[in-house]
Amino acid sequence: MMNIATYPKGSRVVLQGNEAIARGALEAGVQFCAGYPGTPSTEIIGTLAAVAKDADIHVEWSINEKVATEVAGAAAFAGLRSLAAMKNAGLYVAVDYLLHLNLSTLGDRRGGLVIVVCDDPQAHSSGDETDTRWIAKMADVPLLEPSNIQEAKDMVIWAFELSEKLGCYSFVRSYTRLSHSRSSIILGNIPKRKRKAMFDTSKCYSPYIATPKHAALHEQLTKVQEIFESSPFNSYTGPEQPELLIICSGNGESCSVDAIDILNLTELVGVLKLGTLWPFPKELVKKHLTRAGKILVVEEVDPFVEIHVKEAAADLSAVGKPPEIYGKGSGHMDSYGEVTPDAVIEALSRIFKLEYQARDSNYEQKAQDAKGLVIGRGAIWCAGCPHRASFFALSDAIKRDRRQGMVIGDIGCYVLDVFPYGTHRTNVLHCMGSGAGQACGFGELGRFGFEQPVIGICGDATFFHASVPALMNAVHNKANMTLLILDNSTTAMTGFQPHPGTEHTATRDAATVIDTEALCRTLGCRVEVRDPFDIKETSATLRELMRDENGVKVLILRRKCELVRMRQEQTYPYKIWVDHEKCKGDKCGYCYKVFQCPGISWDKESDKAQLQAAVCVGCGVCADICPTRAIIKEDIG
Amino acid sequence: MTTSRDALNLIICGVGGQGNILLSDLIGSTLAKKGYHVTVAETFGVAQRGGAVFSSVRISQNRACGPLIPEGKAHLVLGLEPLETLRTLQKYGNPETVCVTNTYPLLPIGVLAGKEEYPDRDELKKTIKALSKAAWFIDATSIALELGVRIAANIVMLGALISSGELPLTKKDIEDEMRDTFPPQRIELNIKALDLGASALRSHN
Repeated sequence: MMNIATYPKGSRVVLQGNEAIARGALEAGVQFCAGYPGTPSTEIIGTLAAVAKDADIHVEWSINEKVATEVAGAAAFAGLRSLAAMKNAGLYVAVDYLLHLNLSTLGDRRGGLVIVVCDDPQAHSSGDETDTRWIAKMADVPLLEPSNIQEAKDMVIWAFELSEKLGCYSFVRSYTRLSHSRSSIILGNIPKRKRKAMFDTSKCYSPYIATPKHAALHEQLTKVQEIFESSPFNSYTGPEQPELLIICSGNGESCSVDAIDILNLTELVGVLKLGTLWPFPKELVKKHLTRAGKILVVEEVDPFVEIHVKEAAADLSAVGKPPEIYGKGSGHMDSYGEVTPDAVIEALSRIFKLEYQARDSNYEQKAQDAKGLVIGRGAIWCAGCPHRASFFALSDAIKRDRRQGMVIGDIGCYVLDVFPYGTHRTNVLHCMGSGAGQACGFGELGRFGFEQPVIGICGDATFFHASVPALMNAVHNKANMTLLILDNSTTAMTGFQPHPGTEHTATRDAATVIDTEALCRTLGCRVEVRDPFDIKETSATLRELMRDENGVKVLILRRKCELVRMRQEQTYPYKIWVDHEKCKGDKCGYCYKVFQCPGISWDKESDKAQLQAAVCVGCGVCADICPTRAIIKEDIG
Repeated sequence: MTTSRDALNLIICGVGGQGNILLSDLIGSTLAKKGYHVTVAETFGVAQRGGAVFSSVRISQNRACGPLIPEGKAHLVLGLEPLETLRTLQKYGNPETVCVTNTYPLLPIGVLAGKEEYPDRDELKKTIKALSKAAWFIDATSIALELGVRIAANIVMLGALISSGELPLTKKDIEDEMRDTFPPQRIELNIKALDLGASALRSHN
């Protein structure tokens, strides 16, 4: 079967945005790719890893985004075209390196280095909706933002060329609606030529001395701006002299096109789509600003284009009447969340004073009346998920311990604990590795009278990503804390990527496995390992560790992610049924109200617990926690 | 076959784990091979964990559409779960919307935990009908459970959708695409699921 590395030039193929970015890198002759998984960016490295052998390239899941960027940077110094991919939150892990790499340049032998960052406007699967474009401005490096999937592929190729030409890395900014959409695009050629890696040791590249290098970087950026002023990735469509000009980027383009079409404004509104966002193509924008008296800026998430449009308009104010600029600043667009066709329809309707109704009043009324029936559907751990058992045991242990033990969460499927239907056992939660880091801090407050037990959480991938330095810090500074490592043997949240504790690399080669348990012991931690499905034993161990005040304790709760187990074993461990004689129904409700597994519910008619046949995976934990032993688990022979 | 409406907006909605995205990919790539411009957008977030999943498929003979369907502009809704069908119609439906929905409910966690009540099945059905020009109700999950593969409910629903004639696709188009892209050992089962869905729709009243 054909794949992303073997489709020939000229083929028309349906690709996801992230796959198109991967294909673009291959067409640019990329040889070295690294990243850390994070929605919506994961499929870029995932796709490249799957074809690494066909394409004869190196692809790795690195331990975190900073290391991913550093290894890709090294390959660029050695002359290879290299790519690093991550989500917005990951970029902030890598920023220290990137804000110094810009000053050093990539050297004389350089291969192009492209950093692809996928933002998540509306935070569909993130803890924030921050806008990457500011980092490009801060770093004084070029940033391109595709508006569609064809552009995603083509811009990646151009980003490599820009990087090589200018001696600095370049950013391609994607976003959820691009990364996770599919459309057919036309493919180009994948070059056969491979470069040999070599470093000229007569040279030294560093940010020192920073100020003159900063000045040189600015000079380079001026050259990029000249290129951007005439780039075909910036284009205008519409009447010669529209009444209103929309200036947009990314997802804003297709939303604007739909809105103009729906409101029948084709004769009155033009669209200037910008793809080269930093350095800002100011002269080009100035030229277009003279087309119309009214401007609407449409972009995700912050008013980045908008403030630069305003700057360009200010330059024009000396020569004539400046246009009226609508957008986030004027309150016509939101400066949070995702841009939708409806948001643009609303803004245009306000400006043109139009009455817009998506559907007739009779239907609208019926739709509004139906609202009461549409209850929410909260996310929660899958049936059979080890985390449900872990949090159940954790709650039990803290309750029995009676000292208001606190829990510091982290990023992984266990974030669901703070979602509306979680157990809310987690007290504080922020970013990758901050479970261990903040637990360390709380664990150092003893001399200020802090007496509560402190439990930090991380997953097996999170442990490696950013928890290890925090754990070392805790050991070194004698923090009193327990680190709970919820080890489901994979990076589950993003689709089962390997990490330094798993047996395979991204390209399915045998890996050197780092033993979490041995590492923690070497650091001087007391380490215990339990099966979270053994709730009694897990709770008892936790209570004992909370009482042990001698430094840092680690409890590894090890059990495979149920989705992975099911893929591998294709069978359920137990057949589960409810003994109606023993079940006390809603008077108890322990299994569905407290344990809250989606595989079990309450049957109103019989007033008994009821298995959900389409959901239960037969893990049997509900049978263990049932106070009346009414849930029966039978071995499947 | 041609689409009388350009672009045709199809929404596939359901719950994490139902194979929603596989359907939008399959429909998208089959239509693209027939020369249509197709844009598929997937919204899943943390949906693997029981949340709502929503894919939009925009089909045109003339242009590559943007990924997002404006509110009230769905022509066709394929619902893998009845509450999700209603959620979609409530926001994206209009008097011309046609829908094909699975009747098998997957209870949200709030219902399972006894904190909320799942809408009355008859009222749900009545409301879906009231918000559609035409609505077909298929018990796809039960059909798939009988087949012994509950995950095949999505393909049963696809069989029903194709049989409704609302998409410019034939069953053979889908079968060909399955043969090109599915693992060989799964093809026969999936074709059977397609057939069961098609006959469920034909016997619908």
